[in-house]
Order: sequence, then structure tokens, then C-alpha cells
Amino acid sequence: MKMPVPDSGVIARRREIVEALRAIVPGEGVIVDENELRAYECDGLTAYRQLPMVAVLPSTVEQVSQVLKTCKAMGVKVVPRGAGTSLSGGALPLADGVLLGMGKFKRILDIDYANRCVTVQPGVTNLGISNAVAHEGFYYAPDPSSQIACTIGGNIAENSGGVHCLKYGLTTNNVLGLEMVLIDGTVIRLGGKHLDAGGYDLMGIVTGSEGLLGVVTEVTVRILKKPATARAVLLGFPSSEQGGDCVAAIIAAGIIPGGMEMMDRPAIHAAEAFVHAGYPLDVEALLIVELDGPAAEVDHLIDRVEAIARTKGACYARVSKSEEERLAFWAGRKAAFPAVGRISPDYYCMDGTIPRKALPLVLQRMQEMSDRCGLRVANVFHAGDGNLHPLILYDANKPGELEAAEEFGNDILRLCVEVGGVLTGEHGVGVEKRDLMTDQFDEADLQQQQRLKCAFDPDGLLNPGKVFPTLHRCAELGRLHVHQGELRFPDIPRF
Amino acid sequence: MTITTLKPETPAQAADAVRWALSADEPLEIVGSGSRRGLGRPVRAGHALDLSGLSGVIAYEPEELVLTALAGTPMDLIRSMLAERGQHLAFEPPEGGTLGGLVASGLAGPRRISAGSARDHTLGISGISGRAEAYKGGGKVVKNVTGYDLPKLMAGSFGTLTALTEITVKVLPAPEDTATLLLFGLDDRAAVAMLDRALRSPYEVSGAAHLPAGIAARSQVAAVAGAGGAATLVRLEGFGPSVAARVTMLREELRADAVLGRDESLALWREVRDGAGLGEVVADGPLPNPPPPLAGEGALPTPAQSPSTAQAGEGRGGGNRGDTPHLWKLSVPPSTGPSTVDAIRRTLDVEAFYDWGGGLVWLTAPPDSGATIRSALSAGGHATLVRAPEAVRAATDVFQPLPEPLMTLSRRVKESFDPKGILNPGRMYAGL
Repeated sequence: MKMPVPDSGVIARRREIVEALRAIVPGEGVIVDENELRAYECDGLTAYRQLPMVAVLPSTVEQVSQVLKTCKAMGVKVVPRGAGTSLSGGALPLADGVLLGMGKFKRILDIDYANRCVTVQPGVTNLGISNAVAHEGFYYAPDPSSQIACTIGGNIAENSGGVHCLKYGLTTNNVLGLEMVLIDGTVIRLGGKHLDAGGYDLMGIVTGSEGLLGVVTEVTVRILKKPATARAVLLGFPSSEQGGDCVAAIIAAGIIPGGMEMMDRPAIHAAEAFVHAGYPLDVEALLIVELDGPAAEVDHLIDRVEAIARTKGACYARVSKSEEERLAFWAGRKAAFPAVGRISPDYYCMDGTIPRKALPLVLQRMQEMSDRCGLRVANVFHAGDGNLHPLILYDANKPGELEAAEEFGNDILRLCVEVGGVLTGEHGVGVEKRDLMTDQFDEADLQQQQRLKCAFDPDGLLNPGKVFPTLHRCAELGRLHVHQGELRFPDIPRF
Repeated sequence: MTITTLKPETPAQAADAVRWALSADEPLEIVGSGSRRGLGRPVRAGHALDLSGLSGVIAYEPEELVLTALAGTPMDLIRSMLAERGQHLAFEPPEGGTLGGLVASGLAGPRRISAGSARDHTLGISGISGRAEAYKGGGKVVKNVTGYDLPKLMAGSFGTLTALTEITVKVLPAPEDTATLLLFGLDDRAAVAMLDRALRSPYEVSGAAHLPAGIAARSQVAAVAGAGGAATLVRLEGFGPSVAARVTMLREELRADAVLGRDESLALWREVRDGAGLGEVVADGPLPNPPPPLAGEGALPTPAQSPSTAQAGEGRGGGNRGDTPHLWKLSVPPSTGPSTVDAIRRTLDVEAFYDWGGGLVWLTAPPDSGATIRSALSAGGHATLVRAPEAVRAATDVFQPLPEPLMTLSRRVKESFDPKGILNPGRMYAGL
């Protein structure tokens, strides 16, 4: 993975840059000590590490604005960072860049039940929002697995999802307003407490932009009333294909479950050995279907789901009888990653989305790849929305295995695109999938996205080296190549 | 002033059309069926790019919850295709028009409050930028965070960034049953407070509106028209047994006066979606000069050759004239709906009703009320002039003026797609 070559001219000016930052953020808010900088050298994608030139931890919007303005004036790159839980290297620092940590922005600013929204600073954790409104029976719907640690600012950057997202949407569907700072220090507000933001949907672009467009300093999200009940059914199938058919049949019957997750045999065994959830071990695919809503609805739908499962060849079915049992069903799924971590020294989690009908083909081709490269793979799958998480098992201490795992992962993501899916369903492109972007998008697609980047950040100072495989200069992207001589328009009816 | 209509039949031809416009420095007005031409500011363009020839559903797989169609595909066709499989576009768009027009105008109905708007359901797009480049954004699966979410940016951009040629939308199961709780005689504040109470319940309310007495009296639904006062509406949808159970529980909690069953409920919410008696929300206007049958082809028109069709631009926008009230749509924090209307009423004679639990206010106001209406939005939000004569829309801010830093950024976003300003210039904001 190649990152932009560090600018030695910028590194040579380090002292000057640090002084400029200290003039904005006093005291311990500017970090230069190598040992202290270690805390920021990577995010959740730990295979890539890089010490930042300097880290700055502002505590006010004014400071963020001054830091960005100063960096722009000095031509210094900036990498924004929340809790650092990104799994695609979105917060990987740059040797010639400022790491802008937003961890001090952790206040809940306003809880407004009358308008069913909460306004927070970006460093508040995802779960922190739900916890703040739980006593009134409300919650914030998108629930990435890292929700105890990941921040809402990071959720905006990555457009995070979770098991609830088929029914309740991703971050982008649950954000009402943002305050953000552009690279030139300008503070803008998008949306608010009202439902339609007005003007161009810049909030839609900023959400999921992986820190390339601006730095978010305030977020207003929708909160929902907790469903009255939730029950889950555990369904086992003799093949993944039958499991996939069952998922399709449930959706075709008009049922959108609150959560619908699938695990394959290796994942089931790893999870069961780890948390003893009571999973059947003699099935090839295990489906957890959770229905939430009023009790009458949940009871009605549980019966329908069970009936559908029987027609699709389920060889095991168990409905949760208590809240304890429902949580036990989920405990195995939610611990699938650490559970796999116990059966392999290392694992590499992939994240691609496929049209659900392609699941049997994708699983079969993954098995062939696995046999070829000699690395095992366990699968957990957001079955409702086609988001796959193959876990590639490897041993970093064996020479060549990390590289083989990465190559295997790339092949899986290319396969996702080949069958009509996308490179990432929820973890983002970051540095991890950056060089695969050309598999999903052609040159014109990528150039248009990069032009949009230029509208926000003409010098390309915000998080460069992420998302886009080739760095274009904005001037070069701005050229128009149309001349009268190239006119070609003979077939259009007109008068 | 529109003279020429270019009607491509393939996306490649659409690209050629934009390439020609770019080379000739001739702005284009982008139209589908023409049904949304009355929205936004009139476009000053010598040529129309009619995308209604790009029609047809490319892929529809109910089990994948996605549908891909060419942008000019009539919504009526898509609607009936989805209905056959028990599905729908969950954001409850108005009838008519094309898929491209629907996405470009970013419309939604009463279910906006629970299901989102067009932006939330637009998964992927292909189109021609103002650089005459064909490009795509997003994808064709329901969960995707690969690259910038360009489909969202297209929703509500009124064709000012890209001429959309193909769109992938998320589709969802249509509710099996629906019912509406009615409360009669509440004033605006009490009604919005009651809607808030309903929306705070765990019963998944999918519509929450309030019709003051004058508007309720004009309803085609007998129970509402005959109530003799204001009607406050709370909609529940879903599977039969679930709707029945929720109706029972919420009826008791809200002490509702009446319950409408499926058919009346459907009729009532269609009214709410379409402006509830305040007049047609979107004035249909024919294309300025419907493209003729294919005739002998010559060279493309050049600006100098452009003939004029004198009457073409006249009368579009719903036939409003004189002192007919204008229709406004306000998006505000829901709890502030009634106080916003009160503030406007202090100086203007307006008729208003509330949707989205108070977050959407539809109101009719006398001409030249924009400044008063917008100054009442102290709690945040924005106001859009939805129906007014073309001359008025040409001379005023139809959309809420943006603060300068946001306008500057919007201008740069526009330039990144359309640097020469040839796609629907001025449709959203003067000079954009």
C-alpha cells in the first residue's frame, strides 16, 4: 500500500508548524513526543502504521477552524480522527501531516424530545447517544458493532451501519443536521432539527466522505422510540443456499426484520466454542431473524417466519422465549470476530456487499479461492442487506501469510463487484480498498468524485491518500475537453 | 423562450446532446414528462433536453429490494409494477411524472417522517454531467458506502448538476393494512402536541398531520369533512394483526374520536400528500413544444438559427394569475410549526395545515409574502415557494436563500459538475 510520498519540505518546517498549532491550542493539546504520538499511529486496521508529524487536540470549534485555516495557509495535510475504530485505515496518519483528534468534543449539547432529536459533539460515542435518552424509552437506531467505542463523528465519516440498518437505515438516514469546518476555516451548518435540509444535499455527501471534505464539529440525529418487544428465531439449514433462499422468501413475503444475520459452519463453531450460545453444530448455515415492534406484530411475524423457514428446508428452529434467550442468540453473532480470533492467530475482516441472490455463487467461489491459497475463511453476513464479512484466517508470523490474506481479500471484493455488488457495505474504502476503486468505478466516475472533493478542498489537504487510487490536482481535473469539431449528434430527433 | 427540443433515445445520445450544448454554449432545460416544470425557478434556456425517450425498467428484483430504470420511465408504470409484487416506494411520492423528475425534485409524501424522502431511497445513478461526461455514482445494492454518495446529491438538485439517465431506487414491501385515528376540534398547538405524543409512542406512527377546520371541511373523506372542526390525523400501517393491535392501544392512549379503515385512510392521506385542498401542489405544464415525429434530419441548430416560439413559455405554472394565493412549503422543527404559522398570521392572511407531526407546513399566502414568511423561521428551517406564476418564480427566491458560505460552497459544487452552467441554469438559485 503506497501512501503519498512525504513532503520533506513540510517535515523540515515541523518546528514552525508546531509553534503555529501551539498558538492556537495551548498546553497539552499539541503532541510532538514520539511515545505519545504512538497512540495515534493506526486505527482498527492495524496492519498499517505511521506516526503523524504532530497531533493536535482542539477543544473548541474556533480552534478547529484556526487549525484548518493555518494548515491550509502552510500547505500542511490534515488527517481527522475520532476514536480510531475505523477498519479501513481511514484515520491512518501521514508522516508529513497533522493528526486532528476530535476526542475532546464529547458533550451532549441538547436533547429535544419534542422534536425527537439529539444534538451532540462529534466525540460522543454511538452508544452514548442511546444511553442519554434510554430513560425516556428512546434510542439512536444505527448500531455498528463497535458502538460502545466508536464516535458519532466517525459514524458520519464512515456512514456506519449495523444489524438494525435494513429496517432503520444507515447513519445518513438518521442525521438531521451538521456543523462542519471547511479546510479554509469556514464554519458551515447543514440541516438542523427539521427534516429536509434545503439547497443541495451536502449532508448526504459529507456523510460517508471519510474525512476528505471537512471536519464535523456538531451533529443532530433523529432518535426513535424503542420497539415494545423484540424476539428472535434461530434457524439452521443444511446448506448456505437454503439459508439464502429463506432470507429472500422472508423479504418477498413483505417482512423486513429488525435484524437478519447469517453465519456459516466455521463461524458457528467458533462462536459456539467461545460463548456457548446453544447454536446447533450440525448445520451449514445459521440464520438469526429478529422481529421487533408491538407484541401482536412480533408474534404474528415469528409464526410466518417459522413457516417460511420450514418450506425452505430449515432443519432447526428455535424461537426465543425470554429476553435472556434472545440476547444469548445474539451473543454468539456479536462475538463472532473475537471467537474467530481464538481459533487463528490473526484474521482479516473483509466487507463487501452483493446482491443476495449471488450468495451461493460467491460462497462457492470463495471456497475455491480458499482451497487455492490455503487460508481458511469464516463468514458472517448481514443477510438482509447482502453485506458480507468474510474473515480470512492467517498467521502473521508465517512469512507471506499476511500478503496472501490481503490478496485473498482483494479477490473477494473484486468478486463482489463482479456479481453486481460493491467494495464496501459499511467499513469504508480508506487506504484498504483504495486501489480497488477502479474495479467498481471507471475513470470518469472517479474524476467526477474527485472534482467534488476539489469543491470542498481545492488543495487536497484533507486526508489525502485515502479513498482515491490516484491523486489528481484539481486544476487538471477542471479541464474541459469539448470542441465544436468533436460534435457527434446526428440521431437525435429535434426541430 | 424555449425553441428546440432535443429528445435522445439512448444515454449515449443524451451525452451527445449535452456535448453539443456545451460546445455551442447553449443552456439546456432538462425535462421528463414536464409534470414538475412548475417547481423551482423557470429555466432560461434556448433548448430543452427531453429525457422522456429514456424509458424502461432495466431490472426489478423484489427480493433484492431494488429497481433500476431509465430516468424517463413514467412513475405510473413503476408504481403499478411494484404494486403487482406488493411493494412500493416507501417515501410516498406524488403521482405522475417520471422517475428522473421525482428524484431530481427530491419529493416525498406524509411518510417522510418515518421512511425518509427521495434521497433516502436513491441508491445509484448514471447521468451526463455538464462536462458532457457520462458517469455513475452509488450502486445497485441496498447497502453501500463506496465513494461519495452522489445519488443523494442528485436528489433535490433539480437537474442543475447532471442530466440523469438511469436510477436505482430502494423499494420496500407496501403495508398490508392501514388505519387512521382521528381527533376532532383541537387547535393547532394542541394538535401538534398530540401528534408529538403519538410519535413518541412505540406504535410506529407513519403519518401525523393536522387539518384546521376550513381545510378539514373540504376533505373528500366524509368523516373528516363532517367533523365540524379541525381534524388531527395519526396513521398506522403494517400487517393486519399489528395494525389492529396498535389502533386499539393508541386509540386509548390518545383518546381518539374515530378510526378510519383502509380505504378511507388511503383516500385521506392522498389528500394530505397532494396539499389537502390548498390547490394542486405541482402544476402540470406541457412541454413547450412537444417533439414532432422524426423528420428529415439536418444539422443541429446553432444559436443564430434558433427560431422563436412566441407562446411557448406563457401560462406554465398552473394558470395562476392576479391575486391568486401562492402555495408555500415550510420545513421547520416539528414543535415550532404552530408558532411559526402564528407569527406569519400576525401580518398575513394565510391558510395552513401541518404534516410530519408539525415539521412540514403547507400554506397559501398572498403574493409577495416571501419576506414575511421567511422572517418567521426564527427556530430554523426553510420555506419554498411551491406554486406561483412563472413571472413571480422568475423574479423571486423560490428556495430559501442560503447563507453566504453555503452559497459559495454550493456554487463550487455546481461548478464541479457543470462549470459552464448549461444544465438547468437558475432553476434553484439565480446564477446557479
